[in-house]
Amino acid sequence: MLAVNFLLLAAALFSIGVYGVIARRNAVMVLMSIELILNAVNLNLIAFALMTGAVDGQVFALYVIAIAAAEVGVGLAMVLMIYRNRRSIALDELSEMKG
Amino acid sequence: MNALILAADDINVAQNVGFGIIAAVMIFAALSVVSSKNVVHAALWLVVVLGGVAAQYILAAAEFVAVSQVLVYIGAVMVLFLFGIMLTRAQIGKEAGLNNRGWAVGIPVAVLLFGLLAWVVIDEFRDDVLPDRGPTPTVLLSDQFLSIYIVPFFALAFVLLAAAIGAIVLARKD
Amino acid sequence: MLAAEAAELSTGWFLENAWLIALIPGIGFAVIILFGKRLPMKGSEIGLLSMFASLVLATGAAIQWIQRTNSASEGGEEAAGIISSIARSLPRATEGEAEPFIEPVVHTWVWWSNGPLEFGIGSSANGLAVLLLWLVAFISFLVQVFSLEYVRGDRRYTHFFAAMTLFSAGMLVMLMAPNMVQLILGWEIMGLCSFLLIGHWWEEEANSRAALKAFFTVRVGDVGLLVGTAIIFFGANAWAVDNLDSNGFDITAIQAWALSGEANTQFLLWGAVALFIAAIGKSGQFPLHTWLPDAMAGPTPVSSLLHSSTMVVAGVFLVAQLYPVFWQGFNIDGGGLSMIAIIGGITIIIAALLAFVQDDIKKVLAYSTVSQLGYMMLGLGTGAWLPAVFHIFTHAFFKCCLFLCAGSVSHSASHHSFDMKRDMGGLWKKMPFTFAAWIVSTLALTGVFPFAGFWSKDEIIDNVGSNGYDFLLVVGLGGAALTAMYMTRATYLTFFGQPRGAAAGVFNPDEEYSEEHEMEEISVGAPEPRSLSAAANATVDHHDGDQPDGHDGHDGDDGHGGHDDHHGPHESGPLLIVPIVILAFFAIIAGFANPTPLASRFGEDIESLKKYVEPRPSPAPFEDVIATGPGESITLIDGRPSAFPSADAAGGEGEEGAAKAGCGFDPPEPGTACFFPAVSHAEPKFAKILLSLGVVAGAYAVAIAFNVAYYGRRNKHLVGLTERSKVLRGGLLFLENKYYLDRLYENGIVHAVAHPISKGAYWVNQHVLDATVNAAGAGARRTGDWVYDNIDQKVIDGAVDGSGWVASESGHGLQPTQSGKVSQYGALLFGAAAVGAIVLVLVNVS
Repeated sequence: MLAVNFLLLAAALFSIGVYGVIARRNAVMVLMSIELILNAVNLNLIAFALMTGAVDGQVFALYVIAIAAAEVGVGLAMVLMIYRNRRSIALDELSEMKG
Repeated sequence: MNALILAADDINVAQNVGFGIIAAVMIFAALSVVSSKNVVHAALWLVVVLGGVAAQYILAAAEFVAVSQVLVYIGAVMVLFLFGIMLTRAQIGKEAGLNNRGWAVGIPVAVLLFGLLAWVVIDEFRDDVLPDRGPTPTVLLSDQFLSIYIVPFFALAFVLLAAAIGAIVLARKD
Repeated sequence: MLAAEAAELSTGWFLENAWLIALIPGIGFAVIILFGKRLPMKGSEIGLLSMFASLVLATGAAIQWIQRTNSASEGGEEAAGIISSIARSLPRATEGEAEPFIEPVVHTWVWWSNGPLEFGIGSSANGLAVLLLWLVAFISFLVQVFSLEYVRGDRRYTHFFAAMTLFSAGMLVMLMAPNMVQLILGWEIMGLCSFLLIGHWWEEEANSRAALKAFFTVRVGDVGLLVGTAIIFFGANAWAVDNLDSNGFDITAIQAWALSGEANTQFLLWGAVALFIAAIGKSGQFPLHTWLPDAMAGPTPVSSLLHSSTMVVAGVFLVAQLYPVFWQGFNIDGGGLSMIAIIGGITIIIAALLAFVQDDIKKVLAYSTVSQLGYMMLGLGTGAWLPAVFHIFTHAFFKCCLFLCAGSVSHSASHHSFDMKRDMGGLWKKMPFTFAAWIVSTLALTGVFPFAGFWSKDEIIDNVGSNGYDFLLVVGLGGAALTAMYMTRATYLTFFGQPRGAAAGVFNPDEEYSEEHEMEEISVGAPEPRSLSAAANATVDHHDGDQPDGHDGHDGDDGHGGHDDHHGPHESGPLLIVPIVILAFFAIIAGFANPTPLASRFGEDIESLKKYVEPRPSPAPFEDVIATGPGESITLIDGRPSAFPSADAAGGEGEEGAAKAGCGFDPPEPGTACFFPAVSHAEPKFAKILLSLGVVAGAYAVAIAFNVAYYGRRNKHLVGLTERSKVLRGGLLFLENKYYLDRLYENGIVHAVAHPISKGAYWVNQHVLDATVNAAGAGARRTGDWVYDNIDQKVIDGAVDGSGWVASESGHGLQPTQSGKVSQYGALLFGAAAVGAIVLVLVNVS
């Protein structure tokens, strides 16, 4: 099996995730797109671990999984707070930081 | 079956085919995630994507990671997402306007990125063939975790603790 | 005579330090101005002390000058006692020997030093200067003593004494001037003080007008002084620098230059004309005499000091000191009729005629002064140098005495009035001392033997005749006759006849009380009470507003002004009488300073002034000027008598029309300089003396008879004569209007010149100057507006605004990137990362 396969797949997932971050209005949707990106990265890591035979890639991927979980937790807590304050989680309405 | 599995070309073909099918499903599911009009549907498609990723992990001889992926991502993170969707939604069902106004900007950016990444990858790893390995013993992972990467391991522990506490604090009803 | 040896002329401390004579009154002036009001005697003690000090120093200088003159003949520096010095006969020069020129003692500090031109300020003591220094100091001192009582209680007592002291200082500065610049300095100081003192009671407009008139009339003459100095400077400077290492301002150098024979005649002539114009102004000669009678508006001490004995002779002094210039310039040696003599002669007559129609006693004396100054000028103009100087000397005493007597009369008898016709008369019994002094001085003035005026005035007349000016001789004799007649009139009106007005004790009670109240106050518009005497004057000569004749002591009433009125006329106090008596004494004896007619009997030494004052017409070799330190005496010439034979000095006096040779006629030898021309001295003859005495006696007889008949007995043929005879009436009117000269000057010349000038100046001011200023202002404002609108608003503000606009627009431009939208941030982030990655790849691949 060619290594290119994994990497291309990861690249595709990554790009789709980027599109999702940019295009989606709902904050939760954006978080989901970020998950896509993270998973693409993980796939890359595993592929390289397979290619080189070192197991460090897998270790790294496990770390990413753990951190992603923590991040989603905190992120959703924040989205919840925003929803409570503003009754909406549409990101284009959340432009308080507008300069 | 052993003969099928032990035959390199056949296994390659089987691997490739398996990989191809799972990859197609994943791509479709990912596209659905970012273009679905229903948030819940998007979440569910995300589950598909995550499952597909776990399957790829197994193909890539990273069984422990695959299982961790299923447990953590699909089992915990997606549930969390569904809770989040539930708690922050006013309506269930289709809703229009899930894309923001500048969504069209995303397409060229994504395409550009994909093009770039693809080109780099192909350019570099054109003819590299993944080696045939057996399953990765977990003990190797744990050896790494507890010796070389021990500090990140503890840091990770703290991060998870802080995240948990933080999430609780943030989401309190005070 | 030791001709070949260098005869050291004796000098002395007083001569070397003659500059102190002027400095002490100058310091006195400053002290009086600064501290006078706080002193117990209000500053008058300083004035008296300084004048007394000057007098002592001047006396010392005179004695040392006499010794110096004697030492020139002795060939040694023997300073014997005074009496022996004077009495020592001047050794008559043996044949072929000349009496050496006595060089003045010069002591100067450098005043101006600029390149080649350097002149000093200090003293130059020659015979003439020493004589007049002593005279001025003496008269000033006596007049200040007189003033102690006379101006007591005056509102500006201190300033009066300050101005008097400053005047004395100024005149002394002028007399001792070694160069023309210092002479001008002293001249101008005197002019200033004259102005200050004439206008002492300036609150009355007539007084200040008189002061201004005096100042401006003299100023007209002063133009001549400056022009003349300049002409002489440019003429003499080259010669003086080459020969005497001096400059064209130095008086001694000017004298030498004039007689050197190398002087340009045009410079001499025009310089002499210009300088004489100055003398005309200052000494009240025709046509600039009009200020002197008006100057009587000042207090009587001022009139007696300035306008009779001292200041007005400054012009005569100028001519006498610079005599070589006039001698050569006007060709006096040739026997021609010089401008000086003509003007002098005219002045004698016209002033004497005017004295007949004055009711104010001071005006009579003023015109008399003008007339006598005419005599002095006549003498100088005809080559009679010594008699003219002698007349200065004697005239000072008797004229000052006459003025002080007038002051005494007004002070104690006529209730501060000077009107003879209204407020005087019959005073000879009441004021014996004043009367006696007046008579003595009158006799001196008219030239009666043996009083002072006889010796000096007759010498002038005599020399005028012997020098060949027959017409002027007649003028002189005529003037003497007129003098006798008008003085008789004045004497009769003042001292004889019936007492009138204030002299009779008649006074206006209102007048008296208002005067007491006005003792120290400034009275503006006070003339009313004075009108009693002023109105009388008004009928005669009010054309030029000399109301203030009677205002002399008006507001300066002394303490006993009020009491006087109760007692009627009486003799004055000692402070007034003592100076008068002293002056009268000198009026008697002063003539014996140079009694030429007695010379044939007693020897030539009896002519002291001729011996000591008249410069010797002997050439003297000049030597290098030794420039030592500042304030050192300088010598221009060697003291040795030159071998140049002077016909005059050899063998005594010549006959009438003596040989015209020597200095002033021939140029001196190279290497020597003449400083004084060889003037001729007339041999006095008994016949001539009898003639002049006879003229005077005849005039007296006629005058006494007329006065008694007209004023005394009111002879009906004489009274009202002017009303009946048109000719006489016209003549009287002509005299009363002073030949209409004042009208000509003021209304004609001054108005015609000043009026258009002032109009033109005003036009220039309004239309040129103001227009320029306004245009400049308008232009500046328009420039400012334009700059504001265009440069400030558009360019500068534009730049500032533009930079601000650029900043804000760029901020606005960048603002959309900061939309606060997460998705946009994400797009940017990934897009930038993609681009950055592409770049990275491209760089690494290629």
